[in-house]
Amino acid sequence: MKIGVFVCYCGENIGRTVDCAAVAKELSAYPGVAHAEAYKYMCSDPGQNLIKQAIKEKNLDAVVVGSCSPHMHEKTFRKACASAGVNPYMVEIANLREHCSWIHDDIPSATAKAIDLVRIAVEKVKYNEPLQTIQVPVTKRALVIGGGIAGIQSALDIANAGFPVVLVEKEPSIGGHMSQLSETFPTLDCSQCILTPRMVEVYQHSNITLLTYSEVEKVEGFIGNFKVTVRKKARSVKDEVCTGCGLCVQNCPIKKKAQSEFDESLTTRPAIYVPFPQAVPNIPVIDRSVCTYYKTGKCQMCKKVCGREAIDFEQQDTFLTFDIGAIIAATGYKLYKIDKKPEGHIYKGYGEYGYGELKDVIDGLQFERIASASGPTSGEILRPSDKKEPKKVVFVQCVGSRDESKGFSYCSKICCMYTAKHAMLYKHKVHDGEAYVFYMDIRSNGKGYDEFVRRAIEEDGVKYIRGRVSKIYEENGKYIVKGEDTIAGVRMEIDADMVVLATAMIPQPENSKVAQLLGIPYDKHGFMQEVHPKLRPVETSTGGIFLAGACHSPRDIPESVAMASAAAAKAMVLFGSDILEREPVVAKVEASTCAGCFYCQKVCAYSAIERKEIRDRQGNLIKVVAYVNAGLCQGCGTCNATCPSKSVELIGFRDEQIFAEIQSLSGF
Amino acid sequence: MAEEKFEPKVVAFVCNWCTYTGADLAGTSRLKQEPNARLIRVPCTGRIDPVFVIKAFESGADGVLISGCHPGDCHYNTGNFHARRRWTFFKELLNFVGIDSTRLHFSWVSASEGKKWVDVVNGVIDTVREQGPFLKYKEIKEHDFQEIEN
Repeated sequence: MKIGVFVCYCGENIGRTVDCAAVAKELSAYPGVAHAEAYKYMCSDPGQNLIKQAIKEKNLDAVVVGSCSPHMHEKTFRKACASAGVNPYMVEIANLREHCSWIHDDIPSATAKAIDLVRIAVEKVKYNEPLQTIQVPVTKRALVIGGGIAGIQSALDIANAGFPVVLVEKEPSIGGHMSQLSETFPTLDCSQCILTPRMVEVYQHSNITLLTYSEVEKVEGFIGNFKVTVRKKARSVKDEVCTGCGLCVQNCPIKKKAQSEFDESLTTRPAIYVPFPQAVPNIPVIDRSVCTYYKTGKCQMCKKVCGREAIDFEQQDTFLTFDIGAIIAATGYKLYKIDKKPEGHIYKGYGEYGYGELKDVIDGLQFERIASASGPTSGEILRPSDKKEPKKVVFVQCVGSRDESKGFSYCSKICCMYTAKHAMLYKHKVHDGEAYVFYMDIRSNGKGYDEFVRRAIEEDGVKYIRGRVSKIYEENGKYIVKGEDTIAGVRMEIDADMVVLATAMIPQPENSKVAQLLGIPYDKHGFMQEVHPKLRPVETSTGGIFLAGACHSPRDIPESVAMASAAAAKAMVLFGSDILEREPVVAKVEASTCAGCFYCQKVCAYSAIERKEIRDRQGNLIKVVAYVNAGLCQGCGTCNATCPSKSVELIGFRDEQIFAEIQSLSGF
Repeated sequence: MAEEKFEPKVVAFVCNWCTYTGADLAGTSRLKQEPNARLIRVPCTGRIDPVFVIKAFESGADGVLISGCHPGDCHYNTGNFHARRRWTFFKELLNFVGIDSTRLHFSWVSASEGKKWVDVVNGVIDTVREQGPFLKYKEIKEHDFQEIEN
């Protein structure tokens, strides 16, 4: 092998403390080195031309540049060498600036170190092999998991850019929690009025395949090349035939058995139901757990009234597979159910607040339904137990949030704002009512947010009390809220008619399952984990999978929408090219020596190690060995160091390369 | 000729993302350090095979330093956890093969800790300097040669 050594003075940066000419001279006599020279600025055009010229004249097949850090100019020199016909991966950099001249004063010892550093690189490059970048084709179709506002936004952005999208929602309708909200802070816009046009846009978009009442079943493959299986749960209604007339829903004799999910159990719904009037798609679902037909084989009232013969009691789950290039997880949140938890439960719950026992102690989403014009009370503030107008309402913040002893350590972020909104909506509708808010701190950091809270306090007369509530119990038809005003330093007792608890936001219970399907990490609470909290907040450690909305952490609507658009942009960056180029530094298994212990699989953080069957010509199984999926491998090399039979090697950092580097030091 | 002062040889295996970059930062910040360390760059501390350490001692190193991202900060999520577990075991084995395990050092140095890197490097070099040269392998080699000659 003919190696060229090029030592850069970097002006005076290296030259001041390292005798570059001496380094070049020393190396010119080193085994394998066919050419060595020093130059003022190796990265400049004349410097690069010098390298190119030497490659041609001396017929070099590897190059070592002694210069600045490889993080600085490795790409520059690789490119220069490639243009002169040397494979870019036959180039190594010795870091003579950051790791030598800049940190030492003594010229002889710095020069001796520089010689060592170049020698290390020369020994390594002797074992380098020409490599090609890995090219992976990209399927330009996105999968969005979750049809809340985040999923809707991502799907619309990608679809509007001209790429096909598959949107999967587990509930019968898209819309998510935003469709349940009454009005939104800080403008008090009607939530459904701003959301439903977008839901319809999704439904009608030619680039969007909408799969409601469906769940992702299996995800295989890697960035640009996922194969996703979706389970379309049996609706018992043929969606291609149904017109959404609603006759079946009206005629279903089961009226009281099932609680409405959409109204947060404040009302009941029939066995065949559409979650809410503006549902998209407007196609009913039969809840088989309460339907009489599935219990006794009788009734079939829905079938009788359906003029389109859309009811199909025998319908089965169907499975659809899609080729997908990028996946956006937007699985959203739910509220922490804070009733007393059974012994041994990881969270203790707030049994002392009487949630689940006292009928008029409700959570934030239930209050949203009560305040909503489409809710069970048509927007009138009436308490659930006796449908009377409550004259005194207590709102309790941070129930479960910022309270590690009973709930979670984190702040749920939106409760300060929605509690202010709730109190304000209440005061707007019940003019002679009193509203109290127990809070720990007011965290209203958003555009117009603090002004909104001040408006609740100053204009609408909501009474804010800084302190915690210790107990809520019923006495003489009133709910006694015992708490503390820590600013006045007094104990408080309020006889309320209704209590609204701002319970913590937690991830959907399926979040961890979805994360496992996708092979992405999630934190101890179940929220999905981004790859870098500052600079890559929507990307996950698995290439091609992005996060949007509250599946990542508690967040409000504008933040979810912004994150969803960011995730969509990341997916579209991927779709911007037909081929994905990747560094060839990936692990590779030598099948002949692999014993199939799969220790490598256990240490791989990217699920990049697969099982591969080795068969003889007759098709008999000889053995099962490890196989590296180069699309998933990120090139850390942990498998290489773990393999007991040394059958996995990290290309670019193979054992013999590193041994050569170490042994080059035997003289130092 | 007067006997030369002992200058220790230290081989440092560092991960590309944290410690190597931290060492780069020490350079751009012009933080002076002793010139006795030679860095070998690997993608991740998870890539470092225990044999590399033995090989380094065999090749004449008086001390070895392994440094990577802080636990939890690994560029590859969990590589440094595997490394940490591996070294916990390996340190014991090192004594068994006749290498004083106090000559093997570990540290977590992030890309922003140029100053810490300098302190770590100087600290290791000073410690090794006090311990004196590592002669075990050299003695073995000389011994073997004598055996052959006899």
